[in-house]
Amino acid sequence: MNRNIHQLEAIANELRCLALRAIYLAGSGHPGGSLSAAEIVTALYFSVLNIDPACPDWPERDRVVLSKGHGCPILYAALAKRGYFPLEELWTLRKLGSRLQGHPDMRKTPGIDATTGSLGQGISVAVGMALGGKFQGKSYRVYAIMGCGEQQEGQVWEAAMSAAHYCLDNLVGIVDYNTLQIDGCNAEIMEIAPLSDKWRAFGWHVLEVNGHDIAQLLDAFAEAKNTRGKPTAIIARTIKGKGVSFMENQVKWHSSILTKEHFEQAMTELGCDGYFAAACKETSHV
Amino acid sequence: MSEKIPNNRVAYGKALVSVGETRPNVVVLEADLGKGTQTVLFRERFPERYFPVGIAEGNMMGVAAGLATTGLVPFASTFCVFASMRAVEQFRNSIAYPRLNVKVVATNAGIEIGPDGATHQAIEDIAIMRAIPNVTVLVPSDPVMTMKLIPMVADSMGPVYVRIGRQDTPYLYDESTLHLEFGKAVLAREGYDVTIIAIGNMVCRSLAAAEILEREGISARVLDMFSIKPLDSDAIVQAARETGCIVTAEDHNILGGLGGAVAEVLSAELPVPLVRVGVQDTFAESGDGEAVLRAYGLTAERIAEAARIAMARRDGLRRT
Ligand SMILES: Cc1ncc(C[n+]2csc(CCOP(=O)(O)OP(=O)(O)O)c2C)c(N)n1
Repeated sequence: MNRNIHQLEAIANELRCLALRAIYLAGSGHPGGSLSAAEIVTALYFSVLNIDPACPDWPERDRVVLSKGHGCPILYAALAKRGYFPLEELWTLRKLGSRLQGHPDMRKTPGIDATTGSLGQGISVAVGMALGGKFQGKSYRVYAIMGCGEQQEGQVWEAAMSAAHYCLDNLVGIVDYNTLQIDGCNAEIMEIAPLSDKWRAFGWHVLEVNGHDIAQLLDAFAEAKNTRGKPTAIIARTIKGKGVSFMENQVKWHSSILTKEHFEQAMTELGCDGYFAAACKETSHV
Repeated sequence: MSEKIPNNRVAYGKALVSVGETRPNVVVLEADLGKGTQTVLFRERFPERYFPVGIAEGNMMGVAAGLATTGLVPFASTFCVFASMRAVEQFRNSIAYPRLNVKVVATNAGIEIGPDGATHQAIEDIAIMRAIPNVTVLVPSDPVMTMKLIPMVADSMGPVYVRIGRQDTPYLYDESTLHLEFGKAVLAREGYDVTIIAIGNMVCRSLAAAEILEREGISARVLDMFSIKPLDSDAIVQAARETGCIVTAEDHNILGGLGGAVAEVLSAELPVPLVRVGVQDTFAESGDGEAVLRAYGLTAERIAEAARIAMARRDGLRRT
């Protein structure tokens, strides 16, 4: 897909609005880690990935595993925007009967490649997908998005070791390095630095980028694609709650209930006041 | 089967190889216990389809899940203790919940493994695995059954847990007459006074118990409940109706395993006296396998005694 950086930035902004509205209407969810991943998800779904929304199970497609499954509102927003399901369905998030579960469910939601939510597991599943691709001579690529707190899970490092062992250069691990988790910042809960050194020591090619700079992200994904013989880790420096002033760098916005005031202020700050009136006329009843 | 297969692990390894010959999408994962689980046999025959993951059982479950999403049929093996406890949450969330086509075949079940002691004696795995939705739980009892079962497992859809013992075991069945179906118990011996429902290494001991009972003029039915889930409730209810009392026998805690499953069916459908032979909610210890089984009451004599107790209860007598 040929979109310029400016257009991609606008999409990231729009995904933020969609995700926040979904969380707001759900009455629960994880805004902080959704917002920090907006550019990562945008770069993937609107530029990098070889996918066909009309055919979510296409065997040759690139795969995305949201290993930090709680950040799914931003992923659902991207899938809706790419046409995997109607935008209005976003407003069913977390409700009984919805295809949009509180954490990603590959059996319910078109476009979701892996069931996640238990931190540390998605990266292993991504390793299996990449290994299966190599074994069967497929050329698809696999992208796993992890949290920084998630790096504390031992399984991440089991998976990291196995990906390097099998020379999975069709695998990219992205760490949404917003430095916050639930109970505080990484440094006070369990330090994960020096993170790049760790991934490098586990045999990965490591790139550090500003995770809100789409140009840097695209360059990193391109470099990963040209890297042979080893998987690539992209350590993306991000801000939890990015884009909404009162959420930025605030631990409590990992998951807090958005009031109407919160929601409206967030929309104003994101410049999306009029957006939903225009985009979602038919769902004005919600 | 021309040459004698000593135990269910070797039967598993051999069955895997034959499954591999005809099914190119079968791959095997192993967490550094291939010599124990006998997946080494597959490794020798199909090295390109054998993926060691190292001593990392949680990762093994996730990698198996990922492989399954690509259309492959992964068999993942390690010991029962590690498959069902170290990696159970990975199995639940990455495999069972999304109904992925992963076959976990775990060996070294129960206290019969002996000298390695309680850390390696899985006595909880059936209870754990059968409590997880979407999972088929199977416990083959002899090499003939294992050889027949593994191809069926390979061709089934969805997550399966197969529990396999370590020790050498006699042949109980004839290949040509053994008919297996998930959810259908195998009638190992017909009888009319009492029914012994057994799994795994306790099936042969239950048959021996039936011999003991026969000498006393008691006719014992033996059901091999190799399919723990789906469970053959019909066979259990029929046994309750026809023999009026039941004994279960398993190398597993009496809580939540075969005994628990049978108790659930009986209490809901047709309550009759039930005596559960198995590990009595305690950790066992090191020792020669047979000695450990004896020390914890997993013997033909104990099963026969349980049958007498069950019959006495049924007949309204209280033994003192
Ligand atoms: C195995 C597991 N343990 C605990 C949780 C609960 N949990 C959900 S999100 C979270 C913090 C995640 O922090 P991080 O990985 O940094 O994600 P982000 O900050 O990007 O939201 C925790 C502990 C979980 N989902 N899975």
